[in-house]
Amino acid sequence: MKNKYIERLYNGLIKENPTLVLMLGMCPTLAVSTRAANGIGMGLSTTAVLILSNLVISLLRKVIPDQVRLPSYIVIVASLVTVTELLMEAYLPSVFEALGIYIPLIVVNCIILGRAEAYANKHTPLLSVMDGIGMGLGFTIALTLAGLVREVLGNGTAFGAQVLPEEIEPIGIFVQPPGAFIVIAVFIIIMNAIGIKTRQRKLVEQDVCDGNCASCALICEEKNELKEEAAKE
Amino acid sequence: MKSLILIIIGGALINNVVLNQFLGICSFLGVSKQMKASASLGGAVIFVITIASAVASLLYDFVLAPLGMAFMKTIIFILVIAALVQIVEMFLKKKSPAVYKALGIYLPLITTNCAVLGVALTNVQNGYNFIESVLAGFGTAVGFTLAIVLLAGIRSRIHEEDLPAPLRGAPIVMIAAALMSIAFMGFSGLAL
Repeated sequence: MKNKYIERLYNGLIKENPTLVLMLGMCPTLAVSTRAANGIGMGLSTTAVLILSNLVISLLRKVIPDQVRLPSYIVIVASLVTVTELLMEAYLPSVFEALGIYIPLIVVNCIILGRAEAYANKHTPLLSVMDGIGMGLGFTIALTLAGLVREVLGNGTAFGAQVLPEEIEPIGIFVQPPGAFIVIAVFIIIMNAIGIKTRQRKLVEQDVCDGNCASCALICEEKNELKEEAAKE
Repeated sequence: MKSLILIIIGGALINNVVLNQFLGICSFLGVSKQMKASASLGGAVIFVITIASAVASLLYDFVLAPLGMAFMKTIIFILVIAALVQIVEMFLKKKSPAVYKALGIYLPLITTNCAVLGVALTNVQNGYNFIESVLAGFGTAVGFTLAIVLLAGIRSRIHEEDLPAPLRGAPIVMIAAALMSIAFMGFSGLAL
């Protein structure tokens, strides 16, 4: 990986995949993955916001004072989300209907503020845009994968086309809310079993708690538990 | 009167914010290890969501809608919520240091708790008036508290079990949440 721009794409898609490795943005992942097509819609709208927010924040990184950077980021992200929301309502009304409340909620998606804080405010605009593309596509792929599994098992279709034979009764629970928890849990179990360390684990071991995202709560809690266990021994 | 009660029950049980709509998953999974911390977080969430729904509803009805700036609601709401959380934090720090200490780093996370923004936006979408918005916010927050306290109870039992290594941590919690979600689906059968 010599080219650092290509390296950013690889990083977002695989090495630090935001959903499967960093475990960020769980709310939209669980909520909109009822259909594979919804996963693509949500993933690409988040990607658009992420690329633009990374670009704007990177351009303004020397202008925004450090003390007020988080409120500034939130305003930037919220403006971009509003623009995306209005554009989708006008040009893609069916996708807008299907995703509903989760479009404005992109504002509070940890991935976006997390990347602003961890990457875009320290790197050049071009690198930040590549980071946005990589992370966004990584999110899109994970969402679509979860959507595909749920749609096939729960509805017998993939992207709306029948794939399971008609005689097989689909397992309806997979397109209901409980199915989301089960599918994502199985994804993480598989990753744990084949030995891919989620970044959460790595952070716990390295004793750092970066970012200011909700995932940090998970990290800090597990870290304290590890410390307690170590103290007992 | 009946419709107001329905809003509360609907928000707390039938459309449970965590188990049915997946809002606030991060804190639901992150802060549910100890019963006490989850109950305190639940209390803070009830407080913040109820006030945020009230403020957001007033802002929307008397400022944003008359000025034709309804499209600004996402930006305005998120800023109002961020400010509110700061105020709650300062209030708790001064008035009840014990609760403040128990919640520690979790309190600022309410800002990124999508349930707060989600409720404010849903209220506007449903065209609720002021009282309905406050009650819907309260009901939703009670639902969140109920879910997180129940999960904390389940997790304290799981904690003692000898699990296969890949299931430890997040996966088993999600499976517990899935079972809770199935149980909560039963509420949709309530004849209201």
